[in-house]
Amino acid sequence: MSEEQLKILEAQFEARIARDEKIEPKDWMPEKYRKTHIRQMSQHAHSEIVGMLPEGNWITRAPSLRRKVALLAKVQDEAGHGLYLYSACETLGISRDELYEQLHTGKAKYSSIFNYPTVTWADMGAIGWLVDGAAIINQVPLCSTSYGPYARAMIRVCKEESFHQRQGYEIMIKLANGTPEQKEMAQDALNRWWWPSLMMLGPTDAESVHTEQSMKWKLKRKSNDDLRQQFIDQTVPQADLIGLTIPDPDLKWNEERQSYDFGPINWDEFWQVVKGHGPCNKERMNARVGAWERGTWVRDAAMAHAEKQASKKLEKAM
Amino acid sequence: MKENLYKYILGIADNSLILGQRLGELCGHGPNLETDIACTNISLDLFGQVRSYYQYAAKIKGENATEDDIAFLRKEREYLNVLLVEQPNTDFAYTITRQFLFDVYHFLFLTELQKSHDMTLAAIAKKSIKEVSYHRRFSSDWMKRLGDGTEESKQRIQDALDALWTYTDELFHQTEADKIIVSENIGVDVTTLKQLYYTEVETILSEATLEVPESKWFQKGGKDGIHTEHMGYLLSDLQYMQRTYPNMEW
Repeated sequence: MSEEQLKILEAQFEARIARDEKIEPKDWMPEKYRKTHIRQMSQHAHSEIVGMLPEGNWITRAPSLRRKVALLAKVQDEAGHGLYLYSACETLGISRDELYEQLHTGKAKYSSIFNYPTVTWADMGAIGWLVDGAAIINQVPLCSTSYGPYARAMIRVCKEESFHQRQGYEIMIKLANGTPEQKEMAQDALNRWWWPSLMMLGPTDAESVHTEQSMKWKLKRKSNDDLRQQFIDQTVPQADLIGLTIPDPDLKWNEERQSYDFGPINWDEFWQVVKGHGPCNKERMNARVGAWERGTWVRDAAMAHAEKQASKKLEKAM
Repeated sequence: MKENLYKYILGIADNSLILGQRLGELCGHGPNLETDIACTNISLDLFGQVRSYYQYAAKIKGENATEDDIAFLRKEREYLNVLLVEQPNTDFAYTITRQFLFDVYHFLFLTELQKSHDMTLAAIAKKSIKEVSYHRRFSSDWMKRLGDGTEESKQRIQDALDALWTYTDELFHQTEADKIIVSENIGVDVTTLKQLYYTEVETILSEATLEVPESKWFQKGGKDGIHTEHMGYLLSDLQYMQRTYPNMEW
């Protein structure tokens, strides 16, 4: 293809996106579009799968049968999200095994928040309320992103996430209205998860490398800082309502901006965790790689069995 | 309180509780996403059944008992599950074999429990059997895949089968409470299921190209509350919150 032809194709492609048309797997797309989508969608899928671990940590110890069932179902939903995000990714010509390889070798990233430990039951509430809350703010705009399979996956993901968020908040309500010990547990969880949740919405706009191109492709519709402000404005009244205190002495309602002002975020901590030195980076990766390696003989057996069955069928037919 | 009926219900429900707890340990650690989701699903089904049984048991017990008191606040000697279901997730072969050996029994058991003269138990059985029919298909399929897969998988699943076989006979033991409840046409006479159970198990094992273990030495005790050494650790996790923070609502 000549350079001129390529330019025409690219112009037509950008025009389609500008008209809000969906790009489908078999459509022509620029290589950069394909790569950017593989990167973002797989990062999202990996986050779902790694995100199963901190919550999975409390399944065997959930405090009641009702909570145990809800937590199991929630973690299972995350596996489901991972599954259809990986499938959506595969429509761009990369296999699930390759995607895992990227995760296991550290080439692909996942959301840093899952590198924090879940040390009490209240963390199940805080994760649902704050982490899923921040995820929804990130993800709702993606329901109308330009790549069809991603947009459709996100519609379902967002519905389930919003259910998880309510479920998490409900755990917090119960604790906040419970005994002094329970209330203390809830406040402690909020103290530990608040700042990492703010960081989850990404580096400040000045530092964010992917924003401009992603905006054009509707992979992103608002800047990280705008999303963060939206999250804070939405969450502070929820904390007030149940009598918990946001751990930020600088937090203050700004009448003029009709938004909360907030204190400085510790970006050194953020980059430390992103670069692999958070409290649980190694544990999370060991758990993923370990499960994959322990499962090798199982996957091999399933493959060998399927081949045997197929050749038996063929023999019968002949 | 109807002491025997209460015990009889625990005998059924504790199997699902402990097996569900074992499967819950694996959530997020499966050999691939699809089996991870499937095992969690089975765990969820089992906990659903547990809640129906315990809610009924709590009603029988009275004294403001709740499903959670029954699930979390008994001593180890008061749990009445069979030894099979408390065995650890040594590897995926053990997990699947444990599941398979229980599912074949569970399906036969619920088929009969549907005819119970106790309407609540019959209704729970009727609802659960649909789920358990899927569990049995899932675990049987995996027995065949692993048995007739690779050399390594065959060896692993045979090892698991040889190790867990010793816990199968207990499924057909009857406690004193069981006998009384059977005589009242409420309970299932499990002794009548034994032959059919082994026939069904052996059919699948033969399709899976596996050897039926020859050992005739069997372990029992779970139904009387005498468990293997694994049980205490399982309960430590299960009961952790309720023991550390007594008398609170979650």
